[in-house]
Amino acid sequence: MIRTRDLARTFQTKGGAVEAVRGLDLDIGAGELVAFLGPNGAGKSTTLRMLTTLLLPTSGSAAVAGCDVVADPKGVRRRIGYVGQGHAAGTGQYVADELVSQGRLYGLSKAEARSRAAELMADLDLEGLDKREAAHISGGQQRRLDIAMGLIHQPELLFLDEPSTGLDPHSRANLWSHITRLRERYGTTILLTTHYLDEADSIAERVIVIDHGSVIADGTPDELKGKVSGDLVSLEAGSEEDARAAAAAVEGVPATHSVDVSAATVRMRVDRGDAVLPEVLRTVDAHGLELRTVQVHRPSLDDVFLTLTGRSLRESAE
Amino acid sequence: MSLLRDTWLICLRQLRPTLHSPVAGLGFSALQPILYLALFAPLLSGMPGAMGENPLQWFVPGVLAMLALFGTSFAGFGLLPELRSGAHERLLAAPVNRVALLLGRVLRDIAVLLGQATVILLIVVAFGLRVSPAGAVAGLLVLLIMGVGLGTLSYMLAMSVKQEFLFPAILQTTTMPLILLSGILLPMELAPTWLYTLSRINPLSHVVDAERALFAGDFSDPSVLVGSAVAVAVAVVALALGTRLMRRLAT
Repeated sequence: MIRTRDLARTFQTKGGAVEAVRGLDLDIGAGELVAFLGPNGAGKSTTLRMLTTLLLPTSGSAAVAGCDVVADPKGVRRRIGYVGQGHAAGTGQYVADELVSQGRLYGLSKAEARSRAAELMADLDLEGLDKREAAHISGGQQRRLDIAMGLIHQPELLFLDEPSTGLDPHSRANLWSHITRLRERYGTTILLTTHYLDEADSIAERVIVIDHGSVIADGTPDELKGKVSGDLVSLEAGSEEDARAAAAAVEGVPATHSVDVSAATVRMRVDRGDAVLPEVLRTVDAHGLELRTVQVHRPSLDDVFLTLTGRSLRESAE
Repeated sequence: MSLLRDTWLICLRQLRPTLHSPVAGLGFSALQPILYLALFAPLLSGMPGAMGENPLQWFVPGVLAMLALFGTSFAGFGLLPELRSGAHERLLAAPVNRVALLLGRVLRDIAVLLGQATVILLIVVAFGLRVSPAGAVAGLLVLLIMGVGLGTLSYMLAMSVKQEFLFPAILQTTTMPLILLSGILLPMELAPTWLYTLSRINPLSHVVDAERALFAGDFSDPSVLVGSAVAVAVAVVALALGTRLMRRLAT
């Protein structure tokens, strides 16, 4: 669905040339749900803008939905839906009018555009808002209207640029349940950008981590987390003395490493926390030690980013 | 084909907010020329000579040119919020003819201008102004052509400036000398030679002269040809530049 080779974009600024995207090779198949993850300025949006024909590449090639972005931009535009970072309804426009004219601009007849608009408004919880000015509906509704506009022509591929930024947690969850439902129904390929880690983790089937304009990791969220040196297991003992004894005991368990004691808590890294935990507990038990609490932390995508770049995504995003 | 269809669709889209609130959309932008007619034109009747026996006859064509100037050269203002939000970008990502995105907007502004000018004209005729019907039609046509040019330039300015505070500042400093040197308010024949020469360099003054001759039904006046040629030239140059800009947008 998307194939880029050595895709690059350089911006000329007063401070000199800025390489926003460098040497990007991407292969995304039909039906995938892929998230671009990276800090602000990583090149996510620049990449998206090149793939959606809003920006010409400086060099390299990109084919989107079977059309070359430079040679056949109109072919690309016809086949994709694009939901940008900003709310996309015009000044003073009614919700239904914007949807219908969007459909007409994608070549639908008046009747087709109207029925498709009604269908999407029902699907996306926008019923009854036909004659409301788009500027006067809630932020969540505006975002769903943007997505409805992106889907008006039933594209095979949908680009979402930070679709949930600025929404409250409830509206975010609501938006995602709509998107995943629509995807299940139409099998649309989706490429989205986000800097919300939990979002990429819970929604995307494949995460591509971008930093300084290049891909630094690519895989399922679980595969990426596998790159971090294992899960964190922490055991809270009754006393500092017990904790030290427990630490000495679990050192012997195969697959544990980096065992560390602080106050009454023992922390260790293991490759698979869920698999190793029973053995760890049996060992502690066999030494006659009592534990108050046991916790297993799966690594987060932030741990992945930290491992790969030495920086936290949370800090870089600020 | 897609150029015509898309231009029409964009024009309809742009007309919608105006139709939702016609008073805000049509009334306010026509208010300035109407105020000039009501509060400034009466001053002229006390002045000697230069405007002929009926100053209103002399003043009205110029005021319509003023309406065309303000109505279209500030058109880009409406694009600025859509440039800032995602609305314009969304349209650029759609398979819409690039030039239609510009022309559709200009067409809407011309339609609004035609409506406003017609209403003002009907009002002044009701107040007893004598107008050559054929001349008025030709005069409006010239204004619409000039409006196409100015509207196009305004959208190009909006797309390159993008800043909402800078745009009106640039426009005010451009339109002010254009108005002062156009002879809309007072006859430039009253001016000292250097000022009169400056006014001849102002394209708008030729259009205003043509409007006065046309509304009086004086088709043979040389200013008609010159003024029409200026209006067409402004439109052609602006459209050529605008088309080029729109085609090169994705860079």
